[in-house]
Amino acid sequence: MSKGQVGAELRLVTPGMVVGPSSGKRAGSGMIAENNEFIATRVGWLNEQNNVVSVQPINSAYMPRSGDLIIGFVAEVRNNLWFFDVNGPFQALLPMSLAPWKVEFGAARQHLGIGDAALARIQEVDETHNMVLTMKGVGLRRLNEGAVVSIPVNLIDTLRGDNNSTLSRIRDATDCRIIVGDNGRVWIHGDTEAMHVARQLILTLNQEGHKNTFQGAVEALENERGEH
Amino acid sequence: MGGYGDVKLLRDDGKRLDGRAIDEMRPVTIEAGVLPAADGSAMVTHGLNVAVAAVYGPMEAHPRKIQRQDRAVIDVRYNMAPFSTGDRIRPGFNRRSREISKVTAESLESVVLVERYPRSKIRVEIEILAAEAGTRCAGITAASVALADAGIPMRDMIVGVASGKIEDTVVLDLDKAEDNYGQADLPVGILPNTGEIAFLQMDGDLSIEEYNLAMEYNHKAAKEIHEIMVDALKRRYEGGEN
Repeated sequence: MSKGQVGAELRLVTPGMVVGPSSGKRAGSGMIAENNEFIATRVGWLNEQNNVVSVQPINSAYMPRSGDLIIGFVAEVRNNLWFFDVNGPFQALLPMSLAPWKVEFGAARQHLGIGDAALARIQEVDETHNMVLTMKGVGLRRLNEGAVVSIPVNLIDTLRGDNNSTLSRIRDATDCRIIVGDNGRVWIHGDTEAMHVARQLILTLNQEGHKNTFQGAVEALENERGEH
Repeated sequence: MGGYGDVKLLRDDGKRLDGRAIDEMRPVTIEAGVLPAADGSAMVTHGLNVAVAAVYGPMEAHPRKIQRQDRAVIDVRYNMAPFSTGDRIRPGFNRRSREISKVTAESLESVVLVERYPRSKIRVEIEILAAEAGTRCAGITAASVALADAGIPMRDMIVGVASGKIEDTVVLDLDKAEDNYGQADLPVGILPNTGEIAFLQMDGDLSIEEYNLAMEYNHKAAKEIHEIMVDALKRRYEGGEN
């Protein structure tokens, strides 16, 4: 079996791969310590920082945390609450009291129906994955127009770039309003042609995100749009 | 198995009908990420077997009665396509596919870190497109790679391999004739890193010595297949990190 080594260079590890001795170091995410050895539990890039050895996963499911900004779709409506599909292992609950509107009991459907998209924030998550959302906050609202595109959760940072730099460039290049949810959903709004361009760019990220080609694609788009 | 004692399965030169040595495996190829709609997927060809596995989730477990408060449940559906064998197979579940789904789910539960996703469900669909003996092993190998591709945390990957007995000789990786007319079949799910056994079934009879030899063959084949699995995952993501 090939054995990875803990070192400065990034290397791809697969589940079950022995990465090295665990003495004096701690196991971070994607890593378990067994019999004084670190074993990778995910496919991803090996990472060591501050004596913590972890795997930066190439593909991972969205695990909700409180405070996350998410784009959800209404999956179920009750008299006084909504259930949202937030791309996570569980549906999230938005109670009437945390909605931005004054809602009468039984009138929840008048504000958000099944399939509607909304920008919300996760208020709290407990250890059994029960999630409560809030729509009380600046910018949190129902998304009436535009399009929602999904990307793998681990590529969100690539799309945003340092301090949202890449995202700002895409916004400028495509002339679209773009909101990136922490749950891997991206809301795009602009004129039809601009939205199409932005969607294509995000699809490129979807397909080639694990490679170093995304920055090049953004630059190519900027050059192309700059000429028009 | 057995009951057809006069079928000749070993040639005079000691090789098997398809020309393989007794401890030689059929060719195996693996490709990860073959299905764009799934969270993770893999295709395994093992000899003439073709198995495709797709993984979805973790997702909310329905119906709610199957939820476990402390861990995820793994829902496996193994199915053979109607055109996978010479005789058409009636589509849908049957006794055999239920059994294989159950043993596959239980063996995958032993490697997936299910406690990370309480109350949720991980769905694994295994479709056998072509069958030539050893489909449960090809299916479990495909499911392992698909789970890794989906980013589900696992202690190790499981490799499905089988050995058996034909004409009183222990051989590795039975093909269709050997499976149908041989004396025993021993499919095993092995964790290649530790050598642990995640599942083991036996059809027919083996003496202790024969069993030990069959397991030795299985462990050797598991290491070979594991390298192909790792290579498949590496090939999928080649091109550098972000």
